[in-house]
Amino acid sequence: MSENPKKLNLKQRYKLLTRGLDWETTYQPMDKVFPFDTFEGIKIHDWDGWEDPFRLTMDAYWKYQAEKERKLYAVIDSFAQNNGHMGITDARYVNAIKILLTGVTSLEYAAHRGFSHVGRHLRGVGPRVACQMQAIDELRHAQTQIHTLSHYNRYFDGFHDWRHMYDRVWYLSVPKSFFDDAMTAGPFEFVTAISFSFEYVLTNLLFVPFMSGAAYNGDMATVTFGFSAQSDEARHMTLGLEVIKFMLEQDEANVPIVQRWIDKWFWRGYRLLSLVAMMMDYMLPKRVMSWAEAWEMYYEDAGAALFEDLERYGLRPPKYADIATKEKNRLSHEVWSIFYNYTHAAAFHTWSPEDNELDWLSEKYPDTFDKMYRPRFDYWREQAAAGNRFYNQALPQLCTTCQIPMGFTEPDDPTKICFRESVFKHERYHFCSDGCKDIFDWEPEKYVQSWLPVHEIFKGNCGGTDLKDVLKWYHLNDGVDNMDYEGSPDQRLWAEWTANRSKAAE
Amino acid sequence: MTLDIKTSGVEPRRQTFANVARRLGADKPGSRYDEATLDVQPTENFHYRPLWDPKHELFDRSRTKIGMADWYAFRDPRQFYYGTYTIARARMMEAQEKNFKFVAKRNLLSSVDPAWLDKVRAYLIPLRHYEWGANMNNCLMTDYGYGTAITQATMFAATDRLGIAQMISRVGLMMDGNSGDSLGTAKEEWLHDSMWQGLRHMVEDSFVVDDWFEVLVAQNVAMDSIIHPLVFQTFDAIGINYGGAPVSLLNEFAVDWYADSRRWVDALLKVVAAESDSNRDQISEWIRTWQGRAQDAFKPISEHVLGDGAAQAMDVRILELHARLAKIGIEF
Repeated sequence: MSENPKKLNLKQRYKLLTRGLDWETTYQPMDKVFPFDTFEGIKIHDWDGWEDPFRLTMDAYWKYQAEKERKLYAVIDSFAQNNGHMGITDARYVNAIKILLTGVTSLEYAAHRGFSHVGRHLRGVGPRVACQMQAIDELRHAQTQIHTLSHYNRYFDGFHDWRHMYDRVWYLSVPKSFFDDAMTAGPFEFVTAISFSFEYVLTNLLFVPFMSGAAYNGDMATVTFGFSAQSDEARHMTLGLEVIKFMLEQDEANVPIVQRWIDKWFWRGYRLLSLVAMMMDYMLPKRVMSWAEAWEMYYEDAGAALFEDLERYGLRPPKYADIATKEKNRLSHEVWSIFYNYTHAAAFHTWSPEDNELDWLSEKYPDTFDKMYRPRFDYWREQAAAGNRFYNQALPQLCTTCQIPMGFTEPDDPTKICFRESVFKHERYHFCSDGCKDIFDWEPEKYVQSWLPVHEIFKGNCGGTDLKDVLKWYHLNDGVDNMDYEGSPDQRLWAEWTANRSKAAE
Repeated sequence: MTLDIKTSGVEPRRQTFANVARRLGADKPGSRYDEATLDVQPTENFHYRPLWDPKHELFDRSRTKIGMADWYAFRDPRQFYYGTYTIARARMMEAQEKNFKFVAKRNLLSSVDPAWLDKVRAYLIPLRHYEWGANMNNCLMTDYGYGTAITQATMFAATDRLGIAQMISRVGLMMDGNSGDSLGTAKEEWLHDSMWQGLRHMVEDSFVVDDWFEVLVAQNVAMDSIIHPLVFQTFDAIGINYGGAPVSLLNEFAVDWYADSRRWVDALLKVVAAESDSNRDQISEWIRTWQGRAQDAFKPISEHVLGDGAAQAMDVRILELHARLAKIGIEF
């Protein structure tokens, strides 16, 4: 015992407290203790080469996180006590956070379980601890989102059975299949998919629109959640970059494997984000920025810099990133149109954009909006005004990979729907894009298993043959959660509440 | 007299989420624990089978021999979701940090009988690897387990065990003046010293068990119920005779943690055993197997510390476990 202990810096302390905890097992072979970290072909020669992306010991973790939780829950409590939902710009905004709860919260939870899997099954102690920290963080994000949005559930429709809907409702199979895909892959693909492609490359396109959208639209609870989660996200992004560098530095043979995963997960993530594109351009009463602007800022500029950096490892930018860029001026309009068609089967409302909103879209999309989309919305609005609000009664064909209805257009012809197909074991499969077709063709055995909601309805696995039966099976309150915002209970009650408030103010 | 603050109230349309209301039997306010826990894990319509385990769905009830009609029959008596968990642990850690400071500032370890301190080093520091093993096992339960009520508790247990492994390491660093030598020695002993091989063998065997509930019983009941009370209570109590109170201060977190862990583990076993005879029998069988191994594995360490008193001390802990499990309807 020493009277004058040596001073340790954070890195040394972390290393001593953590890095030596594991050992080479001998009573059981290492390959049996860690059975999953070799089958993908990733070669790791030296697990100690792992650079800890953040050096957080549990004592510090509990301390910081508890402080953040105390502050966040104080805001959530005060939001509820003061009827914070009355401070939002307009009740149409609430539909954006219905998508957050039903479509994203379960992804946070899936990330929690997925990182637990990887946190147990990678054989190096460094990456394992980093993944475990992310595992528990993701549980935090799922639970704090539930608690933040719980208040909205008390006042608005569409939130009430969010997890049940995640397992069943057609468009929620888009996020679900995305995460199921990552979780059912090997551990290295999982971290590439989630930590790198999603958290590092694309997260600004998910997180920023929702949280800035909340801030712009007076949703103080959600924006506080966003700020509180931000420092966790920063940690997760650092992990994402470290994972990639670690794999690439360990063996040159890893490069093509990682490249293929980056190609796949870029496209998969991008297709998932098309729901966010629609949200940004159509669902926020007060807009933050357009999808095209966000794409330019967060992908074209930031992504270019990132991939320039990674070039020295032999990586190139993801395949089909150029297609995503070609689609930036049409993506949100195409997706909003799909949901406008099928909102009678969705747990949120759509509507005809108001004049000033159409003008905003014209301004943001000068080359495409007036030419291709505005006339469509004008027509739909006329029809709706005449009592013919259009609901598409036919079930849409879905892309086997991303599971979005096949409404996307040809990269070089925005007036023509894009169809691709592959034949596997005498069956024909359909895709919305070359990106989705490639993903299928690489692992057809995986994607033939897809639980495609429309197919399942036709197979009779979704409560019945009638739309009403299916909605019941979804736990969707027909005439309440679904249909146009115009005439919805949300709209009626919001009008009453705000009218009462104005009266009280007089 | 109460103040009546006027607010422009709007009436809520429902009190809680539908899944919580179904479980509460009525639409009434759900607790934060309930809303953050119940039904949160997906249960059906998974898209693909895991490449790493094509026999199972992503979340699959058949990953354990234990059967439950409803895996949410268990509720954590501590009502831990992420927020309450981290806040509770931050409080414990704050107290523990004070203890570390108190001992370091006054250099209290120098007041402990050197022979005893050497013994503490010998029995305590290699246990950082045991705790790391417990971390891995609880992580596996979180991975393979079914239902958020259980898998969040195992997630918290996993980070708890990492925390305890790190705290034991800090005790080592206090002893070696931050050189890390004590940790290096402890790892050598864990890997090669015959005293530790039974324990390491058992821990490694637990790493290759596929049934997550068996891992839970093996780790959180059978192994822990021998090792934690012996080390942090029995050994500690003997240490008092050698001026070892400062060591107790350094171990306080582990003692409090074990009491806390027992609460949810016992509540879980009670619910699961009450579900069916086959569950009860299966748990008993697992406890018999792993408890027997844990006794044998820990015997050399216990003998090193307690000498002739080791057998009796072990018996006390075994009787304690019998009594504890009898209360929740499990015999072994």
